[in-house]
Amino acid sequence: MNLTIQEVERIADLARLHLTDEEKERFREQLSSILGHVAKLQDLDTAEIQPLTSMSLECTRLREDQPGESLSPEELLNNAPDAIKQQFRVPPVLDTDNHS
Amino acid sequence: MAALTDLTLTETVKGLRTGEFSSMELTQAYLERIDQLEPKLHAFISLTPDKALAQAKAADKRLKSAGDKQLPPLLGLPIAVKDVLSVEGIRATSGSRILENFIPPFSATAVQRLLDAGVVILGKTNTDEFAMGSSTENSAFGTTHNPWNLERVPGGSSGGSAAAVAARLAPVALGTDTGGSVRQPASFCGVTGFKPTYGRISRYGLIAYGSSLDSVGALGRSAQDLAELFSIMAGFDKLDATSMDLPVPDMHLNADVDIKGLRVGVPEEYFIKGIQTEVEEAVRAAVSELENLGAQVRQVSLPHTEYAVPVYYIIAPAEASANLARFDGVRYGLRVESEDIIDMFKETRGSGFGSEVKRRIMLGTYALSAGYYDAYYGQAQKVRALIKRDFEQAFEQVDVIAAPVAPTTAFTIGEHSGDPLSMYLEDVFTLPANLAGIPGIAFPVGFDSDNLPIGMQLMGSHFQEETLFRAAHAYQSASDWHTKAPAVG
Amino acid sequence: MHPEFEPVIGLEIHAVLETRSKMFCDCRLVASTHEQPNVAVCPVCSGMPGTLPVVNHAAVEYALRVALALECEIATTSIFARKSYFYPDLPKGYQISQYEQPLARNGRLKIDTSQGEQTIRIRRVHLEEDTGKLTHLNEDGETYSLVDLNRSGLPLLEIVSQPDMHSAKAVRAYAFGLRSILRYLGVNSGNLEKGFFRIEPNVSIRPVGSRTLGTRTEIKNLNSFRALERGVTYEIERQTELLLQGKDVVQETVGWDEAEQATVSQRSKEDADDYRYFPEPDLPPLVIEQDWVDEIRASLPELPHAKFKRFQAEYDLNAYDAGVLVADEAVADYFEAVVAADAPPKLAANWISGELFGLMRQQDVGIEQLNLPAEDLAGLIKLVDAEHINQNTAKEVLEEMLTSGESAAAIVKARGLQQISDPEQIAHWVQGVLLGNPNQVAEYLGGKQALSGWLFGQVMQAAEGKANPRLLRAELDRQLEELSEGR
Repeated sequence: MNLTIQEVERIADLARLHLTDEEKERFREQLSSILGHVAKLQDLDTAEIQPLTSMSLECTRLREDQPGESLSPEELLNNAPDAIKQQFRVPPVLDTDNHS
Repeated sequence: MAALTDLTLTETVKGLRTGEFSSMELTQAYLERIDQLEPKLHAFISLTPDKALAQAKAADKRLKSAGDKQLPPLLGLPIAVKDVLSVEGIRATSGSRILENFIPPFSATAVQRLLDAGVVILGKTNTDEFAMGSSTENSAFGTTHNPWNLERVPGGSSGGSAAAVAARLAPVALGTDTGGSVRQPASFCGVTGFKPTYGRISRYGLIAYGSSLDSVGALGRSAQDLAELFSIMAGFDKLDATSMDLPVPDMHLNADVDIKGLRVGVPEEYFIKGIQTEVEEAVRAAVSELENLGAQVRQVSLPHTEYAVPVYYIIAPAEASANLARFDGVRYGLRVESEDIIDMFKETRGSGFGSEVKRRIMLGTYALSAGYYDAYYGQAQKVRALIKRDFEQAFEQVDVIAAPVAPTTAFTIGEHSGDPLSMYLEDVFTLPANLAGIPGIAFPVGFDSDNLPIGMQLMGSHFQEETLFRAAHAYQSASDWHTKAPAVG
Repeated sequence: MHPEFEPVIGLEIHAVLETRSKMFCDCRLVASTHEQPNVAVCPVCSGMPGTLPVVNHAAVEYALRVALALECEIATTSIFARKSYFYPDLPKGYQISQYEQPLARNGRLKIDTSQGEQTIRIRRVHLEEDTGKLTHLNEDGETYSLVDLNRSGLPLLEIVSQPDMHSAKAVRAYAFGLRSILRYLGVNSGNLEKGFFRIEPNVSIRPVGSRTLGTRTEIKNLNSFRALERGVTYEIERQTELLLQGKDVVQETVGWDEAEQATVSQRSKEDADDYRYFPEPDLPPLVIEQDWVDEIRASLPELPHAKFKRFQAEYDLNAYDAGVLVADEAVADYFEAVVAADAPPKLAANWISGELFGLMRQQDVGIEQLNLPAEDLAGLIKLVDAEHINQNTAKEVLEEMLTSGESAAAIVKARGLQQISDPEQIAHWVQGVLLGNPNQVAEYLGGKQALSGWLFGQVMQAAEGKANPRLLRAELDRQLEELSEGR
């Protein structure tokens, strides 16, 4: 299993990780090696198996619709790297709506 | 008279109640020992002596004025907490630069229950970054050294907690176990450590790594000590939708625990070549001891064991890749400023995360990405179901499963740093319990020729922690490996 | 619309479920426009490390109400999923939504357009959480964006239709109809401006007769029904133009620019994020018991479309009048109460959609806040119907009813506003006006028909507005006819 540098860059971009060239090459090698190992899962025939998507043996825990206490704005913004006008400040986001 | 710091939890609580010593004295004793040994061990990321003494003082006040009033069960007991668990007002770094100065405005439920039970918090212990690792070498704040041999790793990711307990810097310490991170360091440091059933102890306030695998556990000097903690921490929490609403047994283990008729399974797949000979011998000897105590031992098979590593190293990184997406420099933690928002994300995360974390995020992102999901994540979830089924079938034949915790004793610092895959393969014995969601307890069963501790684990069926504690306690009542302490330095 | 091309439109609607607390935490709901930023935020909805989601029972109940009202198949088990992407108003770096196993599927909504009744198929309905709000500022030469998390974590219902609509009118009817249903069910107030009801049409066109779909674009930022219709129309025209020129439509998201009255390209959908959906490990599967579904189904009110049909059948109203009345359940109920108090339905419909709606708009209130009991309006309408007062007088009486709270009959009596229907009296007034305006009469007889209206007005003035207009008209016509024959 051999990843290319382009694939490494694509994944790093998706994950919003800046990597140095050295890191890209190192990760390329290491990830290829790890993926090579995990490929052995393909040996198993799992056609009849249901994926284990939940580890909760009970189902469905719903919460009563009662409003509770929120943090004060000060508590919320206490750890903020940059805040003004009681909001978190970030560099300008030009693409006005990234939501689908 | 034994040093205060040598007392077990049970002895400590008794001493506090009877007024033999005060919480202040006790806390002071631990703080002094920490001062003395920390330069060598580096078990802690944050120490909170002022807070601890204030808590101790308050505890003493209540202890003195108690009368017949019901006192919180652990009033005045000092503990240490792994730095992936939030304690209100104390920074929680998760062993990472990206959270170096993050101060949570709330405490983890498990921690809060202990605080309500009266504990005193000495500090936050060292951990592999975001609990990703098996040696504590991945901490952004330096590695912890094994008190039995300072050139060795304490194990990971709860290495700080394990070292602290082994070196008597705290009577008990909280840890977390996602792939073995309580049991393996317990084994490497010669202490006892337990991992509960998934959902037994609330994950609220546990800084998430692998959401379907994470559990809060603890390390201490004996199963008897840890059983007390378990009873207090376990139980339904409305803040965690995956926490189980089941009764928690009140676990006070007394001396005459009887395990006659306990069916112990020994899984053939765990005794592979590549395991250190002395480890295998010590574990088999311990199993024989259980037999002497009345247990019935038989061989079982867990046929999909060899797939545990690949399954884990897809699922855990996949979940982690999403869990760590919140670290973007916007609301808390490190931010590397930039004029462009995307650059800000990339630079913040690029410099805030260490290599192992980045590696796992990349692995997880890849496994979930379009076109690869079915082959990787989808397939891993299916094989996980097979691994879980292996255990369910085995537990139709036996009550507990005995196995080694790691293929070797503590390795040297730096030994695996060049090759992440070789590090991952060390986890082969502990991962399955997390994949199946079952509980496990690890405790010392001997030493190798380098005087490094050897641990064994017992795994139980879902929600059968009581059986595990009783079995471990029975063993510890008939042996003394768990009483040995390292001469540090 | 071009005869060669057929527009194909599907709608994606996000409606905030107006519960008391958020989707996954117990912060209260806040309408951001009025409140201070970041006053209803907790560790969970700000994505602090270590926090976990817990599903709001009421959000599920509201969602089920909607899904059942839309005749959907309810999934016994549905799964929440993480949808991953990075954005400053998305605290966890993923949104908890539903993907492969949504709450409900395969429903339908009937709409009425000039082409008649049409059934729009609903593909799916699912639950998710809202994001925070981003605003952009430019101050002292510095540009930056601000994040307010009040909205983060609000319960959202996403309703996706099949691309079954073929005109902007149909789109409007569908959106309006869906909004009505949500209001009837008490789950959403339908406020587009506040962002509680968001509409995103997916528009494509194809040659008439073709069965394949064309390339589609998604339109965002439509903050009113008017913008919705105009935006869709604009996009249809824009795409038609492109195809006629032999160019391709680019698959992208476009934003509606209200000032320019045009759509503007935002980003290419080809660069769409890989959302890397996977089942949310922090939430067990959502299992819906059949008992609960049955209970909710039994408690559903009569829905707008059913009421629409019933009003036409039962009250003999036309589609337009019925449509206007059922749009708001309170109005529909009021109408029925007025009719129950013996007012003729058609008149009741006119008075409500005319006078009362005008007053409601003026005072910016709902029909309940007008303080006009249904029986009282019925009383007024009956007086008009019996020709005791004419329409103009009735409007005056209504005004006084609203201020004094008196009944119509009492006011008419007290102020002597009774309409005069005495044929002799009317004849006398008509005669007086005709005699008194010989020039206008001559011009009328000479062919200027429009003066009949002026003469009518003169007579009504002479009668101090109280003449029975029907009789006045008839008498005036009769006398004018006599005069013209006499020529």
